[in-house]
Amino acid sequence: MGMTASFLILATLTLAGGVAAMTLRRLVHCALALAVSFAGLAALYVNLGAEFAGLAQLLVYVGAIAILIVFAILLTHSSETELQKVFSPAGVAGAVLALAVFAVLAWAVVGSGVVHSTASVAAPQTSMRDIGFALMQGYVLPLEVIALMLTAAMIGAVILAVRPTSGSEPAETQAPRNPELRA
Amino acid sequence: MTPWIVQNLWLIPVLPMVAAGLSALLKRKERGLSAGLAIGSMAISLLLSLKAFAEALAHPALQVKIVDWMQFGDQWVQLGWLLDPLAAVMLVMVSFVGLLIFIYSLGYMAHDDNFARFFCFLSLFAGAMLGVVIANSLLLLFMCWEVVGLTSYLLIGFWFHRPAAAAAAKKAFITTRVGDLGLLIGMVWLYSQSGTLIFYGYGNGCLEQRAVTAMAAHATVAGMAVSTAIGLLIFCGAVGKSGQVPLHVWLPDAMEGPTPVSALIHAATMVAAGVYLVARVYPLMSGSALEVVAWVGAITALFAASIAVAQNDIKRILAYSTVSQLGYMMLGLGVGGVAVGMFHLITHAFFKALLFLGAGSVIHGCTEEQDIRNMGGLRKFLPVTFATYSAGMLALCGFPLFAGFWSKDAILHAAHGWDVSMGPFYLGAIGALLTAFYMTRQMYYVFFGQKRTPAATVTPAAVAAHGAGHGVEPAVSPRPGEVCAVEDPHESPSVMTGPLAILAVFAVFLGFVGTPAWPWFQNFLNGRGVAWDWAGFSEPGLVSTMVVSSLIVFAGLLLGWWFYGRKPIVNATDEDALESLAPPVFHALGNRLYVDEFYGVTVIALTRFCAAFASWLDRWIFGGLVRLLAWTVTGVSWLDAGVDRFVVNGGFDEGCREVSRGGRLLSRLQNGRVQTYLSVIAAALVVLALWLLWGHRG
Amino acid sequence: MTPLAGCLLVSSLLFSVGLAGALTRRNAILVLAGIELMLNAANLNFIAFWRFGPHPEFLTGFMFVIFSIAVAAAEAAVGLALILAIYRHARTSDVSEITEMKG
Repeated sequence: MGMTASFLILATLTLAGGVAAMTLRRLVHCALALAVSFAGLAALYVNLGAEFAGLAQLLVYVGAIAILIVFAILLTHSSETELQKVFSPAGVAGAVLALAVFAVLAWAVVGSGVVHSTASVAAPQTSMRDIGFALMQGYVLPLEVIALMLTAAMIGAVILAVRPTSGSEPAETQAPRNPELRA
Repeated sequence: MTPWIVQNLWLIPVLPMVAAGLSALLKRKERGLSAGLAIGSMAISLLLSLKAFAEALAHPALQVKIVDWMQFGDQWVQLGWLLDPLAAVMLVMVSFVGLLIFIYSLGYMAHDDNFARFFCFLSLFAGAMLGVVIANSLLLLFMCWEVVGLTSYLLIGFWFHRPAAAAAAKKAFITTRVGDLGLLIGMVWLYSQSGTLIFYGYGNGCLEQRAVTAMAAHATVAGMAVSTAIGLLIFCGAVGKSGQVPLHVWLPDAMEGPTPVSALIHAATMVAAGVYLVARVYPLMSGSALEVVAWVGAITALFAASIAVAQNDIKRILAYSTVSQLGYMMLGLGVGGVAVGMFHLITHAFFKALLFLGAGSVIHGCTEEQDIRNMGGLRKFLPVTFATYSAGMLALCGFPLFAGFWSKDAILHAAHGWDVSMGPFYLGAIGALLTAFYMTRQMYYVFFGQKRTPAATVTPAAVAAHGAGHGVEPAVSPRPGEVCAVEDPHESPSVMTGPLAILAVFAVFLGFVGTPAWPWFQNFLNGRGVAWDWAGFSEPGLVSTMVVSSLIVFAGLLLGWWFYGRKPIVNATDEDALESLAPPVFHALGNRLYVDEFYGVTVIALTRFCAAFASWLDRWIFGGLVRLLAWTVTGVSWLDAGVDRFVVNGGFDEGCREVSRGGRLLSRLQNGRVQTYLSVIAAALVVLALWLLWGHRG
Repeated sequence: MTPLAGCLLVSSLLFSVGLAGALTRRNAILVLAGIELMLNAANLNFIAFWRFGPHPEFLTGFMFVIFSIAVAAAEAAVGLALILAIYRHARTSDVSEITEMKG
């Protein structure tokens, strides 16, 4: 069994979105292209039989992270800055390095056995029920940890992003009002 | 199958400790909550103690529970608790007296700012004391013992803004430390000899037959058996804690603490811990060790009683009386065995707590006055206190049929029958006479005669000057913030008189659990049943001892009346009746036989001298050596510097320059741009992947 | 070419595109977007190995992706908040101008 047509189309979409996101001049366009790429990946997951992961990808990446990026673009006024310099001074070196990384990875993939492997490719029969059981039984501790980490990240993000209040809302009001009682 | 209560005996000490921990977290104004925590936990502990007592009644045999604590090399350090009649009796006594005193403190400390802190310390103390009682390991006992010492320190210095209280706290801590050093050495020695600190562990404990026989057989310096030496070292700890001569000096000073503390810690429980410790390690105490215990106890009993005669502070009299009674307990342990000493411990706990709480009630009623010369005639103003105090006083004197009579008599009888020497018996008998005398004196000063509550003329300063003139401690001045108004003394609230009444009942009747005809208490401790038998009185010498001791008590009371009751004391500045009889003796006693001064010119002066010598040594000998060395080094380094500057530097500086140039080059990598760092990571990824792939290929 | 190899190639290409973006773009937000792309490429690998691996019934790779998405959400939130904070501090979101850590 070779690669299906749907896989090829989705992969192309994803890669095109990614390339566009990394090269377009206007940041808002980049964000939109990024969303396309994320959505393409979600569809790839569905195509590979991981519906739940695909939906999660759609929900989190397209629904939240892409929007968050748009907000960040607006809040940092990045869309208003001059569009002359898109790439950083070491841009060429970076591109070369990325290419080298791709070359090495592709070499590894092609050189490994997977290209000609004839292992089982039957679609796994996993229902939402199995996933739910796995999450609530074997993976319940990581789930709780990730919940805790998300809470921490949320609080941290709020603390980082909130504008520091001007003036010193004094801590003195918390000091003991009757120090002479201590004597 | 271990019963539930033995399994969970640890709850008894832990509950008050938890209460202490919780109330330590409370705010200062949460007075009700902290007191409620302390009293509630203590009440539950009392209930559990009663259950443990019932268990011990049903199964008088020793029951233990041992838990592993931590690994130590290839052995486990074990802790554990035990329940036997001895521990059960102490548990009930400590938690019952403790609960009463907690309740009393509600009234006594009602005006104190640090009410919550007080109850926190008090609960911690109660927990640690209960821990001492149930400990089945000398290590656990020692830990609780030290916590008890710590809380004693904290509570003596509870009003730390008074210099006297702070000094007394330090004195108590340091003096008991001297004894605890002995205990610690004894403990280590015991461990090295028997390999365990568990008291009773199914045949392997250090107090059981096997270990004790081995230690008794093994002789050490001067032919003394090892067990004797260890027993004496442990007795050192008891001497410190129980205020025996010569380490008794801290106990009278400890009266600077609040009165409930004096009652609980320095009369009923903590100071009795020393006696309990000796009773607990009794199997280690061989004959010669017990001789030492008996003599120390007897000397303490007389010594402290004689000092008590000439004190003017109501609490100090009681403190010396406590020291003296503790001496009796030790004497009882030494000559008569565990039951004799413990019986006096239990009765004493009740009547001495009663006396202290009564004294607290008097002090409370007289607006913080503690000098008995400034009291007088309080009978009319504090009727409940007077009645209960009288009961306690008669019990302490050993008036026939009161609690103290039976227990003290058992001790005197045992001392009379001691085959080593009659000395302790005579010392104890004279001590009993003095006890009756000084208590009568105190009663007359405080409750009879004319009211001598000082008018405005007697300010604290005047009292201090007066006290200094007589060579006694100045009366403690009123606490800051308390109005020292001249007003009639008033009876204390019922939250204070209630515990007094309960304790008074015990002071009168508790002795009947251990009369010769019905020695329930003694037999219970020895794990035997009991039947009513008048023949108990027919033991040789018993009745005659009782008659003699009763006569001694009557003589003491009569003497007291002769000196102080015959004509009422009119004026606070009047000379003491005994003082006019024999001024030098009285002054010597008033100055506590100069023991503190003796320590001042010996131990402390020696310490000072050693410190000064060490300082001199440090400054001139070691300091000189160091300075000489320093000069030598300086000289050498001057020489070196010359060589350095002209020979080495040329080459070295060049090297340095090269290194810093290289550093500058390298630091260009650290250009602060995130993307550069990321590039390096990517490059490393490429290199790593290539290396792995080639490695795989190869 | 088997589907697994196709997935892996797509994923390594996506990874390289993300890396290139992260290394070359000036805007910090896009650097972060590049990193997100790299993370997604890794996720695709997990899904592919889960799907075509010998034991799809164990759900290991699948679960890894689920948790990785959750981590990515946290990472994006904190990362963008950091960018905002840096922007407020330095008045720019150009990473080549932010060189305060220069050695």
